[in-house]
Order: sequence, then C-alpha cells, then structure tokens
Amino acid sequence: MVTELTAAQPGLSWNLVEDVRQLLLYPFMVNALRAGTIVAVVAGALGWYMVLRRQAFAGHTLAIVSFPGAAAAILIGISATAGYFIAAIAAAIVIAAVPRSLGGRARSSESAVIGTVQAFALACGALFVSLYGGFLNGLTDLLFGSFLGISSSQVLTLLIVAALALAVLAVIGRPLFFATVDPDVAAARGVPVRLLGTIFLILLGCAAAEVSQITGALLVFALLVMPAATAQQLTTRPLVSFALTIALGLAIVWLGLAVAYFSVYPVGFYITTFGFGGFVLAAAGRSAAGRVRALVASQGLA
Amino acid sequence: MSGVSLMLAGPATGLVHIFDQPFMRYAFIAGTAIAAAAGLVGYFLVLRSQVFTGDALSHVAFTGALAALAAGADLLIGLYGACVVVAIAMAALGRKGQADDAVIGSVFAWILGLGALFLSIYTTSATGANGTSGVSVLFGTIFGLSPGQAVTDTAVSAGVCLAILAIGRPLLFASVDPAVASARRVPVRTLGFVFLGLVGVTAAAATQAVGALLLLGLIAAPAGAAQRLTAAPFRGLCLSAGIAIGSVWAGLVIAYSAPQMPPSFGILGVATLTYLLAFALTSAAKPQVALS
Repeated sequence: MVTELTAAQPGLSWNLVEDVRQLLLYPFMVNALRAGTIVAVVAGALGWYMVLRRQAFAGHTLAIVSFPGAAAAILIGISATAGYFIAAIAAAIVIAAVPRSLGGRARSSESAVIGTVQAFALACGALFVSLYGGFLNGLTDLLFGSFLGISSSQVLTLLIVAALALAVLAVIGRPLFFATVDPDVAAARGVPVRLLGTIFLILLGCAAAEVSQITGALLVFALLVMPAATAQQLTTRPLVSFALTIALGLAIVWLGLAVAYFSVYPVGFYITTFGFGGFVLAAAGRSAAGRVRALVASQGLA
Repeated sequence: MSGVSLMLAGPATGLVHIFDQPFMRYAFIAGTAIAAAAGLVGYFLVLRSQVFTGDALSHVAFTGALAALAAGADLLIGLYGACVVVAIAMAALGRKGQADDAVIGSVFAWILGLGALFLSIYTTSATGANGTSGVSVLFGTIFGLSPGQAVTDTAVSAGVCLAILAIGRPLLFASVDPAVASARRVPVRTLGFVFLGLVGVTAAAATQAVGALLLLGLIAAPAGAAQRLTAAPFRGLCLSAGIAIGSVWAGLVIAYSAPQMPPSFGILGVATLTYLLAFALTSAAKPQVALS
C-alpha cells in the first residue's frame, strides 16, 4: 500500500493549488479530511470545557478506554465503532459515579480511582488482543491511529454522533459554564451541578471515542487538550477562546493530515507536533507580552 | 515445555514446580522489588495528588524505550534516561514543584506522538524488527526478563525503596502541609525534585514488569487502597507496598497457570480487585461509625 502511494504521488511542490489538488485526488484522503474536520470540531468544543474544568486526567482515561472497547468488539465480532462508543460511555458513567466531594483527600482519592480505571482498562485491552491472537498490525492502528481506511459510512456515523453531542452541549453550555466557574454559587442558584458534570463526562466520552477512530486511542488526548490549552493561553474571554480552540483544532488536523499524506511517518506524530508547537508558541508569546507590559507599566510609573 | 505438561496434570501440581523455571525466578525477584518501589512511591504520589504526573511519565517511558531501540542503543538507557529527565523537567515547569494539568497533558501528548514516530522508524528500519518490541514495551514482558535486566531492575528498585524510606519523614511533612513545612526549614522544593526523580526511576523499572501503559495501575491502585484502609501514614506506606507485592505474586501465579492470560493483566486485575474490596469495605464501614 505504502509503495503504491509513493509511486503514485509526485510529491510536494511550491504550487499550493497543485498540492491541494493532489491531496484530494484519492477518495480515502477526502474521507480522512471530512472525518478529521468533524473530529476536530467536537474535540475542540469538549476539550475547551475539559481544560476549564481541570478534568484532563479524566479525559485522558476516557480516551484510553476506547482501546479495550475496540479490541473487545473485534474479538466478539461486532463493529469496532460500536466498541469505541460503548466503552467510552461506560467509563464516563463509572468516573462520574465517584463522588466529587470537596476537600483535598477526596480529590486525591478520585485521581487514584481514575488511574486504576485507566490501567485496568488497558490491561483488559491487552487481554483481548492476546485472546484474539496474531493481530499486531491492527493493534498498532488501534493505539496510534490510521487515516487510510475510513469509509463513507464511518464518516456518516461520526457526523451523526458529533451533531448530537454538539446539540446537547449547546443546550447545557451556559449552565455548565456557570457550574464550572463557580460550582458553589451555581448550586445555590439551583443549577444541577452534579447532573451537568455527569452529562459532560458522557459527552466527553463520545468525543474521545470519535477522535480515537482517527488518531488512535493513545493520541486522542492531543486533540482534546492542546487546542484548548493554547487558546486559553492567548485570551481569557470565554467566547473568543472557544472559537479560537475550534479554529486551532481544525488547523492542526488539516495540517497534520496534509503533511502525513506527503510523508512516510504516522499522522499522529504530525498532529501532536503541530499542536504542541502551537502551545509552546502561545505560552512563549504570552510570557513575552507580559514582560513587555510590565516594562511599559514601570516606564509609565517612572 | 515441561511447564505445559505439568499444568495439564493439574494446576496445583504445576504450581509446586513454579520455581523450577529460571524465567519465573527472575520474574518473581525483579517483580517483588519493582512492586515494593511502586507501592512506596505511589503512596506519596496519591497523597500529593500527582497521579497524573505518574500517568505522563508512563508515556515518556514508552517513547524513551523506543527512541533507544530506533537509535540502536540499549533499551534500558533510553528508558531510565527519558523518565528521569522528563520527571525533573516537570518538577521545574510547575511552580512549587507541581505542574499544571494542561501543561502536563500537552507535553505528554506530544511525547507520545514522538513515540509513534520512533515506533514507525524502528519497525520500518532494516534491522528486521517487527511490531512486537513496541507492543512488549507497551504491555510489559516480565516473563522475558534477561538475567542482566532482572539484576538491574532489582538493584534500582531496592535503591528507590531505600531513598524513599530515607526522605520519608520530611517528604510526608512537605506533602501534607507545604507552608508549615517550609516555615520549619524543610526543603520543600528540593524534596519535590528528588521525589519526582524517584518516580521517574520507578516508572522506568516498572515498565519492564507491567509495561508503559499499565504501570500506572501498579502505582495508583495499591496506594489508593492503602489510603482508604488506614489514615496512619507509615502503616499506609507498608500496606501500599504490601498490596503491590501481593498483586505481582498473585498475578504471576495466575499467568503461570493460565498461559493465555498476559501476566500484566493478572497483576493489574488483582490490584484493581484489591482496590475495589478496599472501597467496598470502607464504604460499608462508614455508616456504622456514623451511627455509633
């Protein structure tokens, strides 16, 4: 497959229009770009809330459990897509069931629960793969992703789930933001903080399951956390940073897919590298801007 | 091969001869030392709410090992080097020796992406390697430890245990109440660095036993169970190490009697079960305390 592709593609040129034409030449690449676009929007929207709610660890675990889900689905012979979604949603409900009561001891006990769920889920994945036997190439794809084999029906499933998740998020978006920023006041004003948290985790599970079909279970987290972390470095205004998160996610995925198409190395590497590069640039820019502002302020005072 | 025929005769007769196999002896010796170190380090990791850092280090272990393999170097060098360097960098990134969630997440997501790159370089290189080494780094090969690796891992883990016991008292003070500890001239920041360095070493050693992806379970589950069962710190430390060692022993025996099951799954299964039991015990016990 790889040799065929390298033979068929003349490679990059300075003519951007020509490059894009090459990019859209094969149906599998068009499907990959469609799926990548859907996934980037969903991951950006839910990742933004995840970073704000400091639930990065829970998000990472939800991303990871899609691997045993898919492995189990392949083992018992149902579609891997169903396995991804069932596992991620089940794990979201388990994590949400752990009481998020106040106080440091409860917080540390919650992180121990999440760590245990995650490691056990991965161990189950290892067991399923070992029971299935002789499936090593598929294993690397499950873990690190492959954009070569996305079918049109898979894109349709991704689109439907993404639309549902975004619709629910649109309904609960405002109260969820309130409950995130100040849970105590929100609870006092009658906002169902706990219920919102559960719904949010289930949505996050859906998003993780969607993303892991493109980037593999291990690299989902990059798309969830990096655009949001970068945007929140750049601005503190909620709506602006939300829009920026989605734009950054789209840019990272499109760039990653395009570069991976023209090279032999895995797409997951490019997506994580572009995301991390953006994050480092934003963090460096912010600290430089802060220094300049401090300098100007001290000059102004003197 | 003799192990298989013995198991056919009955699991119990097979278990009598479990130590006849050299690979089983290495697995038990190295596994015990690694589990003790993971239990001790994990207790402090849970206490300091730094489990996520441990999670990040487990992914670094994967990338470090594959980078060493891709460069043609010894796997252990990459493993220990990457884990210790990143652990100390993480301590430096965060204020007061604790890094922010989003920063940790971004860093380790990228490091894992690098791991995918090294995996693809290694598997497509001309050395005739296949995908199995990547998989064994991810999910562990405790039955495949060479005598040299077993000796290194045992010595390193024993060193970690001694170091944790040596800094145990001030570290506990600094973890529970950093402000008072630093007022009493406990070097809180230095302790944070040393501790994360020890976590890095433990992560590298545990990668050999249960794999990069699963070492978090060996670190978090026994410590979480111990903290639910007792509030006394030194009893908790011993309990955490004890549960970790027990999980490894039970997991090895299970994997020996059921060869279909990967040893990492046995170890993690027992550790998770212990945590669930501790959870059930304490939540059943609490209402009684409230009533009396």
